[in-house]
Amino acid sequence: MSLRRTVFFEDHVDAGGRMVPFAGFELAVQYEGLRQEHECVRQRVGLFDVSHMGEVFVRGPKALQAVQHAITNDASRLDDGQAIYTCMCTSQGGVVDDLVVYRLDEEEFLICVNAANRDKDFAFLQANNPHGADLVDEGDRWAQLALQGPLAQRVLQRVTQEHLDDLPRYTMFFDRSTVAGVEGCLIARTGYTGEDGFEIFAPARSARPLWTALLEAGAPEGIKPCGLGARDTLRLEAGMHLYGHELTEDTTPWQAGLGGVVALEKGSDFVGRSALIERKGTASERLCALVMRDKRIPRQGMPLVSEGEYAGRITSGTRSPTLGYGIALGYVRSDLARVGRELQVDVRGSLSPAEVVRRPFYKRTT
Amino acid sequence: MNFPDDLKYTDHDEWVRVDGDLLTLGISDFAQDQLGELVHIELPEVGAQLSAGDVACEVESVKAVAEVYAPVDGEVVEVNEALDGAEDTVNEDPYGSGWLLRMKISDPGKLSTLLDAGSYRQRVASA
Repeated sequence: MSLRRTVFFEDHVDAGGRMVPFAGFELAVQYEGLRQEHECVRQRVGLFDVSHMGEVFVRGPKALQAVQHAITNDASRLDDGQAIYTCMCTSQGGVVDDLVVYRLDEEEFLICVNAANRDKDFAFLQANNPHGADLVDEGDRWAQLALQGPLAQRVLQRVTQEHLDDLPRYTMFFDRSTVAGVEGCLIARTGYTGEDGFEIFAPARSARPLWTALLEAGAPEGIKPCGLGARDTLRLEAGMHLYGHELTEDTTPWQAGLGGVVALEKGSDFVGRSALIERKGTASERLCALVMRDKRIPRQGMPLVSEGEYAGRITSGTRSPTLGYGIALGYVRSDLARVGRELQVDVRGSLSPAEVVRRPFYKRTT
Repeated sequence: MNFPDDLKYTDHDEWVRVDGDLLTLGISDFAQDQLGELVHIELPEVGAQLSAGDVACEVESVKAVAEVYAPVDGEVVEVNEALDGAEDTVNEDPYGSGWLLRMKISDPGKLSTLLDAGSYRQRVASA
C-alpha cells in the first residue's frame, strides 16, 4: 500500500521536514530538531500537522444513542460544543481506541480517532449501531492542524474573528469558523501536549493556506513547525496514553488508569459494560509512571525487574527534554504498582534503578 | 554532509582514524544527523578487551539508541570523558572533539575491510 500525504506535504518538505511513514501517512518526524520543537511548545507555540487523525461523524435523531452505545464515557452530559475524552471497548472490555467526542448539536457528533485505528474504529461503530444512526467516515475530507503552547491563543486570534476567550478547554466552536480566510473550520481547544492550545479541523480541499498563514501569524512569537518526535515527547511528559503502546485490545481502561472515563452508571448500556463490571479490580498489571534514577533512557519493550523477578514492561519511554532524565509509562505487577516503589529497568542487559511516580511528569503551572 | 578523506568508515556509520597501533573511533556526520541531538552516551571501561563486532558503546538521542561496534580486536585505552554532560559535542564536531574512544589494535587484519570516504559516501547516498 502506498503512503498517503496530507494536503500540507509540500510545506513540510519545504520546511526541511524529515518525512517518515506513520499510520499509512508520510509525515514529518522533525524539522529543526526534536528538542528545539519540544521546548518551543512548552515555552511559546508550535504547529503540528495532525491531518492523519480520523474524523467520524454520527448524525441523525439517534446520534446520541449511538454514541452512548459505542463509548464508555457519558456523552449525555455534553452541551453543544463540548467535548469528552473516552474509550471504546470490545465486548470483553479491551480498549478498541481512545478518542475525543465532540457534540456539535443534539443530532451531530464528531469523533476524532487515532490514525492507525481509522478503519477499525469505523467498522466497530458500524457493527455496534443498533439504533441506526447515520455514520460517515469523513477522514479524507478534513485536514487537521494542532496549534499548541502558552502563546497559541495570541497567534490564532490574529487570523480569526472568533473570540477565543469564550472557548474554554475541551470545547469547540460548533458553528463553522473562518481561519486565515479558510471557511468551514471547526476550532477546538484540545490537544495532546499538556499545554494550552487548539486543534483546527479544516476542509481538506481548501485547507492548504492554513499552514503558512499560522506560521506567519506566529512569527513574532517564534513559532516553529513541530513533528511527530516532539508530539510524542510532549504527550509522554504530560502522561498521556498512546494507542498501541499503553492501550491495546488486551488492556482494560481500569488497568490503564482510565477508570475516570468509564461511566458504568450513565443510564444506558454500552459495548463492554458487563465485562468491565466483571473485570474491575482484577488486573494483574497496572499502568504506572516511572522515572529513572540514573542517566539511562527507558524504551518501549524493556522489562521491569524487582528482586530478580519480572515486574512488568515499559510501553513508552524517552528522555524528558523538560526534566532532563528518563521517564516512562509501563505496566507494573499490581502488587508493586505503588507510588514510591523502587524497581529496575533492564536496559539491554544491565539493570538501572527507577521509581514509580505520579502522573503526569509535567504539568503546566499557568 | 561531511566525510573527511583521511578517515575510514564502517558499514554501521562509525569512523575510524588509525595511527600506528592506535585507533580512534567515532560516529559519522550521517549517523549523528540521523540520530538527532545526543543526550546520553554509555562509554566502555578503559581496559575492556573487545573483539571486532562487539558493542563498544551506546549513543542515545531522545528518539533512538544506536550501538557503536568495535571495528577490530583490541583493548580500550581511552574514552572521551569530556562528553559527559556535553553529549551534543558529537553532533557539533563528530570527527574532532566528538570522538568516542581509543583502542590499541591487537589484530590489524580487519582494518582492510573498512571503507574509504568515497565508498562510504556512496553508501550514504543510496541509504
